[in-house]
Amino acid sequence: MTERNNSQIVTVHAGPSVLVVDDEQDFVETLVKRMERRGFKVAGVGGGQEALLLLGKEHFDVVILDVMMPGIDGIETLREIKLAWPKIQVILLSGHGGEEMGLRGMAYGAYSYLLKPVALKTIVETTYTAFEEAGVR
Amino acid sequence: MSVFGLKDLGTKIAITALGFSLIPLIVLGVTMYSMFASAYHTKVRSNLVTLAENKRQGIDLFLREQISQLRTLAYSHSIEDLSSQEKLEQILNTMQLSSRTFIDLGLINEEGVHVSYSGPYNLSDVNYKNEKWFNQVMVRKIFVSDVFEGFRGFPHMIIAIKKQEKGKVWILRATIDSDIFDSLVRWLQLGDLGDAYLVNRNGELQTKPRFGNKSQEIYTAFLGSPFSGAKVAEFESERKKVFVGGIWLEQKNWLLVIEEDMRGELQPLFETQTATWAVVGGGIIFIIVGTLMITRMIVAQQERSDREQAQLNEELIQSSKMAALGKLAAGVAHEVNNPLAVIREKAGWMRDLLEEEDVKASPNFQEFGDAVDKIEHHVERAGQVVHRMLGFARRMEPVCNDLHINDVLKQTSAFLDNEIRFRNIQLIWELAQDLPTIQSDAAQIQQVFLNLLNNAIDAIDRNGNITVSTGYEDESDMVHISIRDDGPGMDKEVQRRIFDPFFTTKRVGEGTGLGLSISYSIINKLGGIIRFDSEVGHGTEFTILLPVKHHDRKE
Repeated sequence: MTERNNSQIVTVHAGPSVLVVDDEQDFVETLVKRMERRGFKVAGVGGGQEALLLLGKEHFDVVILDVMMPGIDGIETLREIKLAWPKIQVILLSGHGGEEMGLRGMAYGAYSYLLKPVALKTIVETTYTAFEEAGVR
Repeated sequence: MSVFGLKDLGTKIAITALGFSLIPLIVLGVTMYSMFASAYHTKVRSNLVTLAENKRQGIDLFLREQISQLRTLAYSHSIEDLSSQEKLEQILNTMQLSSRTFIDLGLINEEGVHVSYSGPYNLSDVNYKNEKWFNQVMVRKIFVSDVFEGFRGFPHMIIAIKKQEKGKVWILRATIDSDIFDSLVRWLQLGDLGDAYLVNRNGELQTKPRFGNKSQEIYTAFLGSPFSGAKVAEFESERKKVFVGGIWLEQKNWLLVIEEDMRGELQPLFETQTATWAVVGGGIIFIIVGTLMITRMIVAQQERSDREQAQLNEELIQSSKMAALGKLAAGVAHEVNNPLAVIREKAGWMRDLLEEEDVKASPNFQEFGDAVDKIEHHVERAGQVVHRMLGFARRMEPVCNDLHINDVLKQTSAFLDNEIRFRNIQLIWELAQDLPTIQSDAAQIQQVFLNLLNNAIDAIDRNGNITVSTGYEDESDMVHISIRDDGPGMDKEVQRRIFDPFFTTKRVGEGTGLGLSISYSIINKLGGIIRFDSEVGHGTEFTILLPVKHHDRKE
C-alpha cells in the first residue's frame, strides 16, 4: 500500500482547514508537514485542552482526534467540540483496537473512526469526504 | 485428582465401612455366644446338682428300706425261729417272693459262729469273730458294709443287725445282691458316655461303673470329709471331657459320683457356636461384598465427576486465557500502534522529500526509495499482527446473515487456489447438498475457514489431500464442517496447546500463533463448537459445529 502515486493531489488550495490532535508529538509534527504539502491548511496540538483553546480562536473544518490521550481524552474532547461547534467534522484516530470506543465516538457524532497505523492516503480521502459532506448538510 | 488418589479414596472408604460394620458384628457374635455359653454351663451344672440330689435320695431310700426290712425281720422273729435252718429258709423264700434284693440270710451268735444260714453259698461253718464288720456291728447295732470279698471269695455287701435276746447277743446278717444295687445306682442313664457309681472314703469303687477303669482323679476332689449337698467339677483327660457331680449318701459314708459327658451335654452349645460363626461369617462376607460394590460405585462416580470437572476447568482456563489475552492485546495494540503510526508517517515524509529535485539526482535515490518501501511494508506487517491480536479485544456483535455454508467454504478456498495447485494438493469436497442456511457472520466464519485451510496446507506442505465435508445434525440443530488433512498429525504436547495464543509450530515469521486461538474465540462467540482429532502419522481433522439459529453465547 504505497503512496508514491498519490502525491499529485497536493495542489488543491481551496481545501479544508484541519486540526490534528495527538499526544504523540512526532506523529502530529509529521502528519502536519505531510498534509500541508498536500495543500491543506493544517495545525497540530498535543492535547484536548489545547485543541479546544485553539478552536476558540480559529476556525477549522475538520479535526483529526486521537482517542487515547492523557488529560481530557479524545471522546471528551469530541463531546466538547460537538457541543460548541456542531458543524466541525471530527475523525477519530486510535491505536487502541477497542471497537466500542469507536462506536461510542460515532454515537457522539464523530464522522469516522480510523485505526493506527493508517495510510496517509486514507486520512486525506476521509478528510475530503468529511469536509464535502459537511458542506452538503 | 489422580487415579491413584481415587484408589486411595476407595481403600479409605472400604476400610472405614468395613471397620464400622465388621467390628460390631464380631463383637456382637462373640458376646452373644459367650453369654449363652456361660448361661448354658450354669444350667448344665444345676441340672447335674438336681440329678445328683435326686439320685442320692433314691439310693438312701433303698438302703433305709433294706435296713428296716432286716430290722423288722430281726425283731418280729424269735431267736428260736431264726436259729432254725428250716425257718430261716422259709423266711428268705417269703421275702424273695416280693424282692430279690437279699441273696442270703444268716444268724450269727456272739462267738461269731454261723448258727443258721440260708442262701446259695456254703457258709454254715464259718466263724466271723475276727471279721472287721463283726466287731463293727457289735458296737453300732446296725452296720452296712463296704463291698468286700469275705469268705465266699466274691465281692458283695452286707447289712447286719444286732439283736439282744435272752441275755445273749445275736447278729442277723443279709447280703444284698450287688447286681441289683449296681443297676439301681447306674439306672440314671446319662447320655452315651454318662456314668454313675459309688465310692467309699478311700476312693474304692463300691458299685460297678458302666465303664471300667475309673481313674481316681475324676472324683479325688470330692474325697476327704463328707460335705452336704452336691458339688460339680469339670474333669478333662485325653479321652474325654466330663462334668462330675459328687454327693455323699446319708445312710453310709459313700460318695455318689455322676459323670456327664460334656460333649453330649453341650451339644446344643456346640450347635449354637457353629450357627453363630455361620451367621457372623455370612454377615462378614455379605458386608465385604456390599462394601466393595459401594466403594466401586463411589469411586466410579468420583472419577466421572473428576473427568467432567477437568473438562470444565480446561474450558474455563481456555476462555480466561482468551479474556486475559484480549485485555493484553488491547493494551499492547495501543502501545505498538502509536509508534507504528509515527514510523509510517516518518517514512511517508521521507518519500515526500524524495520527490524533490536535488534528492532525485542523488546516486542512491533508488536505494532510499527501496528502503522507504521496505519500512512501509514492514509497518504494514506489524500493524496486521497487532490488528489480528485485537481480534480478542473486539467485542463487536457478530453481524448475522443467512448463509449457505457450502458457498462460504467455496469462496474461502478460492483465496488459496494458487497455493493449493502450487503445492500439488488435492482439495476433495464432500459437501451435503441439503444443508439449511445458517444465521451467522460470514466474514468471521471465512476467517476461521481460512485459518484452518492454511494450517492444513502448511501441515501437508507438498503432495497430499485435504478433505472438506459438511453435514447437518438433527438433534442439536447444528451444521458441521470438517477439514481433514493427511499431514503428519500432532503429538499430545502440541494438541494440548494449539488453542493457546502465540503458540505456533511454524517457522518464525511464518505464523503468528494466533490463527487457532482467534478461530476458537470466533466460533465460541458465534455459539458454535470447534474441536479436533489428530494422530501422529495420520493427519488432523478439525470439526466446527455451528448453530443453525444464531444465539449469542453469554459471557
